[in-house]
Amino acid sequence: MKAWIGTISGLAGSIIALGLVLLQSGCGQGIPDADTAAAEGILLFGNGAEPKTLDPQRATGVTENRIISALVEGLIAYHPTDDNLPEPGVAESWEASEDASVWTFRLREDARWSNGDPVTAEDFVYSYERMLNPGFPGEYAQMLYVIENAEAYNAGRVTDFAEVGVEALEERILRIRLVGPTPYFLNMLKHYSWFPVHPATIEAHGGPFDMSGAWTLPENFVGNGAFVLEDWQPNQYVLLTRSDTYWDRERTRLSGVYFFPVEDSNTEKRMFDSGLLHLTSTVPTNDIPRLKQERPDIMNIDDYLGTYFYRLNVTQEPLDNPLVRKALAFAIDREAIVERVALGDQKPAHAFVPEGFMNYPSPERLGYDPEQAQALLAEAGYPGGEGFPELYLLFNTSEGHRKIAEAIVSMWNDTLGISMQLENKEWKVYLDAQSHLDYDVARAGWIGDYMDPITFLGMFTTGNGNNDTGWSNERYDFLINAARRSESEAEHFALLHEAEEILMKELPVVPLYWYTRIYLKDPRVRGWSPKLLDNHPMKYLYLDDRADAAGN
Amino acid sequence: MFKFIARRLVQAAFVIFVIITVTFFMVRFAPGDPFSAERKMPEHIKERLMAHYGLDQPVLVQYGNYLKQLARGDLGPSFTETRSVNQILAASFPVSLELGGWALLIALGIGMPIGIVAAVFRNTLADYVPMSLAMIGICLPTFVLGPILALVFGVWLGWLNVSGWFVPSDRILPALTIGLVYAAVIARITRGGMLEILSQDFIRTAIAKGVPFWRVIVFHTLKGGLLPVISFLGPALAGIISGSFVVETIFQIPGMGREFVSSAFDRDYTLVLGTVILYALLITAANLLVDIVQVVLNPRLRFEES
Repeated sequence: MKAWIGTISGLAGSIIALGLVLLQSGCGQGIPDADTAAAEGILLFGNGAEPKTLDPQRATGVTENRIISALVEGLIAYHPTDDNLPEPGVAESWEASEDASVWTFRLREDARWSNGDPVTAEDFVYSYERMLNPGFPGEYAQMLYVIENAEAYNAGRVTDFAEVGVEALEERILRIRLVGPTPYFLNMLKHYSWFPVHPATIEAHGGPFDMSGAWTLPENFVGNGAFVLEDWQPNQYVLLTRSDTYWDRERTRLSGVYFFPVEDSNTEKRMFDSGLLHLTSTVPTNDIPRLKQERPDIMNIDDYLGTYFYRLNVTQEPLDNPLVRKALAFAIDREAIVERVALGDQKPAHAFVPEGFMNYPSPERLGYDPEQAQALLAEAGYPGGEGFPELYLLFNTSEGHRKIAEAIVSMWNDTLGISMQLENKEWKVYLDAQSHLDYDVARAGWIGDYMDPITFLGMFTTGNGNNDTGWSNERYDFLINAARRSESEAEHFALLHEAEEILMKELPVVPLYWYTRIYLKDPRVRGWSPKLLDNHPMKYLYLDDRADAAGN
Repeated sequence: MFKFIARRLVQAAFVIFVIITVTFFMVRFAPGDPFSAERKMPEHIKERLMAHYGLDQPVLVQYGNYLKQLARGDLGPSFTETRSVNQILAASFPVSLELGGWALLIALGIGMPIGIVAAVFRNTLADYVPMSLAMIGICLPTFVLGPILALVFGVWLGWLNVSGWFVPSDRILPALTIGLVYAAVIARITRGGMLEILSQDFIRTAIAKGVPFWRVIVFHTLKGGLLPVISFLGPALAGIISGSFVVETIFQIPGMGREFVSSAFDRDYTLVLGTVILYALLITAANLLVDIVQVVLNPRLRFEES
């Protein structure tokens, strides 16, 4: 009779014993808290999500970019305070031909990989060949299409890489021939798709087309940036430490950086509040107004190069009518959306391209004008919304998107007398619907890749994979193509400006606001400037541990 | 007994095969694919990726290939992570197992005594108070309880880390969050089971014979009274051990629950299948275990078997 009690208590005993063993074995050491870390010069960074890869030629996201940019350096680096300006990276100097179509870079002599090898022009040729090789699935290969014959090589039409415009003239001199004049080339070069990879390391771990990513693991990774990959615990953290081979190592002040993949903004806030983070990647929307009031010392809102907008499916009635699209655009009170719904000091968008590009004039096209909106709708044949079909506003599952969609739909329905409904879909289903034009109105967002308006305007040309509205305009296509080849910046911007004017007159997309980056920052973090592209080169950051600087 | 186990094992193998098949085709037919993103990649690059992972072949061929691969114990590469599915599960399952173990210990350690006391002192304060608390516990979802615990013990009191899975004390809050919710359920089930046994003739006989009350409870009632708890533990065990997406997200735990949910969102076909297979194995194993324990504990079942 007592046997079963013995069995159960024995079982419980072994569970407890197992637990104790696990507890004692622990999983390594604890992570330093914010105070200890500040004293040791270690930055604790909330980085949103788990990086999918650390291979710069396969990465596509913001999360990956933050880590990779600290591990690898391109020819041109990000400037510490202004994303419009170029900062020398591996290239110590460069010159362009008069029409800005041939660029020659002189690589610095002391540029080193983390294993001690010098960074050579051949390394760049190898990297760009890998990126453009038809056998390599580089999602950002398109970025390199400005190079002569790059697109043809990538598509397999040219098979000899010698015909592609990348050439190592000497060990430390790299020449890049472009398809045409590209005055904004230096800005493109900062993007991680242009980063070099270490040929010997790639070859030693499965070759250039190996998809397992073995070379990016901490024991194998070789980079040329200010930091080296010390440890990568998936779903826990990525730890970088200061590189002692980096050419500008004297400037690097942080001894290490922890990147934590924190997906939940409330968790991230609690981590910050309890001293486990110096920087967060976001702030729970509900906390923003209070923190702005009470904690201006930690609350940060910076302009960010991104546009929140709605796509309109112009292939079907009634949205094929520009008057209807215009009516919808003018019936939105963007100020109210930003102030009462989005809450993050976002900028109401009066055009598609966010403000902040040096020398680029943003067209003042959009505003809130309910009467004009009603008049336009009447002119389109739907006075007071009469006869207007029932439409659906599609958005992907998210509390934030829902609130904005609810507000916009009520503005449209109240002002225009139409009947718009909400339609919520899970992320991949939403993407699928959007790319098959299986929607009426769809939420969207776009973040710029580099500092040139073409990163926003290029996608609305006819048949572009990211157009997703069915919209097509010959003049627009012509202008964008011409802008890709313009010889001077002034001409380039003038063409883009005209293109954006057309886009904002035709309105296949209705911009709502320009993004801001909203985050918490420990006052001890120094060397940090608001950046439009949200790139904060780690080598300039440091932690000021003095008592008067401590705020949290 | 051996025949019984053998029969159940054959059943389990069949069930798992069906689950693999259904899951395989369901994820393939869900809208979207692993490589769709807000910023679309060029068509020819996507085709290259699809070809690399064999996704360009007819679905039936893919299915055949997957089964072949599976037979070798290889769950394939993940489409969204640098690690293979085998590596991902090998790293995340022990974490979920440990968390689940602690949670189960808490759930049983708190739930069973409360349920027993409540049953023995039925309709007194010792019954009402804990049972009302248990009711609250059942109603309180983990996404409410977890943040409250983290806020109180992590942010306000500063005793424990609000997140992470680094030091031993990091186990406390997440295990409590899962454990307390299950403890509430177990307390109610224990109470119900105990009450049923307490009202039976053989208990009355034992008390009439003058057996001390505590002996009646411990040696006569408990054995039968805990049977419902044990049948509940089968599915609960699998659920607790395979991880909780919510709790793992709240506390930044590198467990299986997060992989399970995010792989479905990402259409990471191989990872979805890998987690589902592991989960199915767990449920089947847990149920089998419970059945065996029940046969051992319940003489009536044993009689039917023979």
